[in-house]
Amino acid sequence: MAVIGPLLVGFATTLKHLFRKPITVNYPEQKFPMFPKYRGKQVLMRDENGLEKCVACGLCSVACPADAIYLEAAENDGTVMAGPRYASVYQIHKTRCIFCGYCEEACPVGAIFMGKDYELAVYSKADFVWDKKDLLVPAAVSSPQPRAGTEAQTRDSGFGIRD
Amino acid sequence: MPDIRTETMTVNMGPQHPSTHGVLRLVLELDGETVRSVAPTIGYLHTGIEKTAEQKKWQQVIPLVERMDYLSAQSNSMAFCLSVEKLLGLEVPERVRWIRILLAELQRINSHLVWLGTHGMELGAVSVMLYCFRERELLLNINELIAGFRMFPSFMRVGGLREDLPRGFHDAVRAFLDRFPQKLDEYEDLLTRNRIYIDRTRGVGRISKEDAIAFSLVGPIARAAGVDYDVRKVFPYLGYDAIDFAVPTRTEGDVYARYLVRVAEMRESLKICRQVLERITPMGAWAVADPRITPPPKDRVYTEMEALIQHFLIYSQGFTVPAGEAYVPVEGPRGEHGFSITSDGTNRPWRVKSRAPSLLACQALAKMTVGGLIADLIAVIGSVDVVMGDVDR
Repeated sequence: MAVIGPLLVGFATTLKHLFRKPITVNYPEQKFPMFPKYRGKQVLMRDENGLEKCVACGLCSVACPADAIYLEAAENDGTVMAGPRYASVYQIHKTRCIFCGYCEEACPVGAIFMGKDYELAVYSKADFVWDKKDLLVPAAVSSPQPRAGTEAQTRDSGFGIRD
Repeated sequence: MPDIRTETMTVNMGPQHPSTHGVLRLVLELDGETVRSVAPTIGYLHTGIEKTAEQKKWQQVIPLVERMDYLSAQSNSMAFCLSVEKLLGLEVPERVRWIRILLAELQRINSHLVWLGTHGMELGAVSVMLYCFRERELLLNINELIAGFRMFPSFMRVGGLREDLPRGFHDAVRAFLDRFPQKLDEYEDLLTRNRIYIDRTRGVGRISKEDAIAFSLVGPIARAAGVDYDVRKVFPYLGYDAIDFAVPTRTEGDVYARYLVRVAEMRESLKICRQVLERITPMGAWAVADPRITPPPKDRVYTEMEALIQHFLIYSQGFTVPAGEAYVPVEGPRGEHGFSITSDGTNRPWRVKSRAPSLLACQALAKMTVGGLIADLIAVIGSVDVVMGDVDR
C-alpha cells in the first residue's frame, strides 16, 4: 500500500487535468494579448503633422548596450521634419538588439518607442538590418501616446488561466 | 567463443545531450554501466560578458549581467546593483528594498520551477514539467507587466528601479501567491512519495558535509548536505533581517534531499513574498533622489532645458563611481552569487567578476557521480541545477 497509494494520488492529479480547460493557445491563429509595456521591435514616431520626430542627436545609439543602432544626421530642408536636423540613415541591427529598451529611455524627444511586434523572422540576412522604412510608423497614422507606467492594464495577468 | 572485452569505454556526454542543461560536456569513462571517471568540459557557452562589461557604462552592464545566469536575471542585476551602490555609498529608499526582495524571491521560485520541471522530466515525470511551466508563465507575466520583457526585464537599476510599479502589480502578485501553494502540493503529490522517483533519487549523488564545504558548494546543494549557510541569514542585505523565514536544511546530501530543500525553499519564498508585499506601498519612491544617477522624469526632459542637459549627461557619459572594489553577495536561486567589481574612478567598470555558483557545482560533479551508474548521472546533473550561462560567462 505504501507503494501504490502515492502512485494513485499522482494518477488522480494527472487525471483531474484531463477535465480542465487547456491553458495553451493555437499560436499562429490565436495570440495572447501583450501588456502595455511590452518591448518588441522599435518604432520611430511622427509628430502631429506627419513629420519625423527624430532629431538625430544620437543618444539612443550611445545608450545602447549592444551597439545596435547606427544613424547619420543630415541638414533638413523642412520636408522630413520640423527641426534643422534629421536622421538621413537610421538603422537597427536586429540580431544585435537585445530589446532592453534603453533607446526608448534615452530618447529626449519621444521619437523611438519599443513597439509590440515580436514576429521577427526573415528570409535573408540583408533583412536583419531594420532601416528607416521598416521602423517609421506610416505617415497617415497619428502617433500613439507614449506609454505611461500607470495606465490601466488591458490584459488579465493570469493569461486567463483559472482552475 | 571470443574473449569478453573488459576494457573501459570513454563516452562523450554532451555538449548536445538534452539532459546536460545547455552545453555541458562530460567525458565519461565507463566500466559497463558504472561510471569510473567524470571530466566536465566547459566553455561551449562562453559569452565574454565579464570582458564586455568593461567597455560599458555602469548602467549599461545590467542587461548584460542578466543574461549570465539566464534563469535568475533579477538576482544577477540586483547583485550587480548592490555592489555598485556600495562603492557609490548610496542608500536606496526603503520601498525599493522591499520591491527588490519581492522580485528576487519571485525569481527564485521561477528558477526552482524550471529546475523542478526539467529535473522531473529527465526522470520520466513529464507532467511535472508541464505543470511547473504553467505556473512559471504567471511569473513571466509579472515580469512583462512591470518591465515589458519576460526573461530579462532589466528592471533593477543602479540607484533603484527602472520605473515605478505599474497599476495592477499588487493584484498580479497576490493572485500568484494565492494560487501557488495548491500547485506546489500538486507537484509534491506527483513526486515526493512516488516510489519510482524515490528509487531514482534517494542515496544517489551523495556528497558529504565536509566535501560540500571543501568544494565550496553553496545554495540548495550545500543545504541538502547539512551546511546551514544562507547569505540572507548570515550577511543580511536589503533588510532580510526584518523578515521572518526559515532556511530549510537536510543532512542526507543526495538528490532527493536537494529536491526536498528546493521545494521547501519555494514555500519559504512564498512566505517572504507575502510579508514583503504588505510593505510595498502602491505609490512612492522608486529610485534615489540623486541627480547624478537618476535621470529626470521624461515630462521634465521634454519641457525644461536643465532637465534635458542632465538627461543628456546621464545617458551619454553616465555617472562615475569612486575608485575601489566592492563585493556584495546575494542568495541567488543557486546559492551565493555576487559581483566583485573594481572601479578606477571612471564611468566604466575596470573589472567585473562574477562569483558563479554553477561553476563550483560543476567541479563537484565528479565527486557525486563516480562509482554510480550512468543512468544516475542524469539525476545528479539535474539536481545540481547548473546553468551553463553562469558557468562560462
